[in-house]
Amino acid sequence: MSMTIKSPADRAAAVQNDIEKNRSRYQQLKAAGQGSQRPLPPATSRTGAVIDASCILHREVIPGGWYWATRVSRGQALRLLNPQATAGVSVMIWNADDTSERYNAGDTVKVQWTAELRKGRVLFSDMGRVLASITEDTCARHDTLVGGSTVLSNLEKYRDASLRNSRDNLMLAAGKYGLGRRDLAPCITFFAPVATDAEGRFGWNEGVLQNGDFVDLRAEMNLLIAVSNCPHPLAPGATYAPSDIEAIVWQAAPAQDGDLCRSLSAEAGRGFENTDPLFR
Amino acid sequence: MNTSNTGASREASSAIHDFTIPALAPWSGLVKRGQVIRIVDLEGQQAVDTLFYRADDFSERYSAQDTLRAQGSAYVVTGTRLLSNEGFPMLTVIANTGGAHDTSAGACSCESNTVRFGHHTKYMHACRENFLLEVSRHGMGKRDIVANINFFMNVPVEPDGRLAIVDGVSKPGDYVELRAEMDVLCVISNCPQVNNPCNGFNPTPVRVLIFQG
Repeated sequence: MSMTIKSPADRAAAVQNDIEKNRSRYQQLKAAGQGSQRPLPPATSRTGAVIDASCILHREVIPGGWYWATRVSRGQALRLLNPQATAGVSVMIWNADDTSERYNAGDTVKVQWTAELRKGRVLFSDMGRVLASITEDTCARHDTLVGGSTVLSNLEKYRDASLRNSRDNLMLAAGKYGLGRRDLAPCITFFAPVATDAEGRFGWNEGVLQNGDFVDLRAEMNLLIAVSNCPHPLAPGATYAPSDIEAIVWQAAPAQDGDLCRSLSAEAGRGFENTDPLFR
Repeated sequence: MNTSNTGASREASSAIHDFTIPALAPWSGLVKRGQVIRIVDLEGQQAVDTLFYRADDFSERYSAQDTLRAQGSAYVVTGTRLLSNEGFPMLTVIANTGGAHDTSAGACSCESNTVRFGHHTKYMHACRENFLLEVSRHGMGKRDIVANINFFMNVPVEPDGRLAIVDGVSKPGDYVELRAEMDVLCVISNCPQVNNPCNGFNPTPVRVLIFQG
């Protein structure tokens, strides 16, 4: 639009023109973002995506109810392996080089136009950058709206406030790296098939989790990752019985041209355009 | 889902605090236990990004995930108890005429704007600019900006997980009222976003009133 503004009426018309222009642009972005820009791949096979043993840097068994935190450098990856289909593993992520930058659940779902985070999607920080890519995923059902368990949720569900919970686990993991309560924010819980009905009520999709499920997170910057192995608050079952999980850190293959996570959406592409210059 | 409840009527003239937040601007104020804060969407379809901190310890603050988990559903409506990161009730929504309010999509920022709308939108005013300036006045910084409530912002979560900001349903004069269950600092960004429908692409003023309970 190139018009010379001469009067209040012209100015009002220009404002209206901007509104219509922005509305039209948003509708185009939404259609592309929720459409078939590039179809999401199927879930990873539970027997697929075998990690070359020579690339493995660390393996850690995290007992049911416990937590672990680790640094994962750019280019490395973290596999969360769930051998006995425990219902939920909550994760918080910080930029290890500046922990004021951290996982932002709102941006992650808003930017990608979906709360369904699965293979091909990425996890965004609060700075418009990509923390990690979901490069493999057998489960495809994870939750970042409801969060992990807390003292209160354990009390309501199990009538026992003394059971270990994800909120306190993430607080402890953060604390071991010198971080504190102010550094926690909404987390993501893998292996948590939370359903949202048309009225916004949360539920749980039973039968989704299988023994041997895993999810791979490729670090796109140097990360500090906290992992809490406690059942999701919406998981069925009146008995608190989280099973052990395994965390594997390995040296991932460099992203190739046409890398799924880098090219799945225009939004992810721009996220990487914001991220890569940190490492120039 | 109870999205329309006019609740108790309080005369604006009885408010102990009455301030109109200009379009695009931040605001913060103290709401003491038992007091009621009313946020009025004066012209309709205006997102009001809002954070709450415990007044005597800002490291205890509103937790979106605790709040949604406890109520078992995805939106802030009449009756929603806003919980802190320690699981304590901070405020309760006691009246609402403005639809189901979002607390999952967060606040806009210059950085996320580049990802969502293109790099050319980087140098535009955004909610997290407002938040950062306003919390800095209280000795806080970026780490203290957590997931907020977006009053009057309409973000339906579809059963298949799709989620988008769509046209707001609030009409001129719609309002929400919250009763404080503890002394809280309320921090607001009157959202300046023009790249999506949260403000009808045209940010407008909102009014904040605080009443004795």
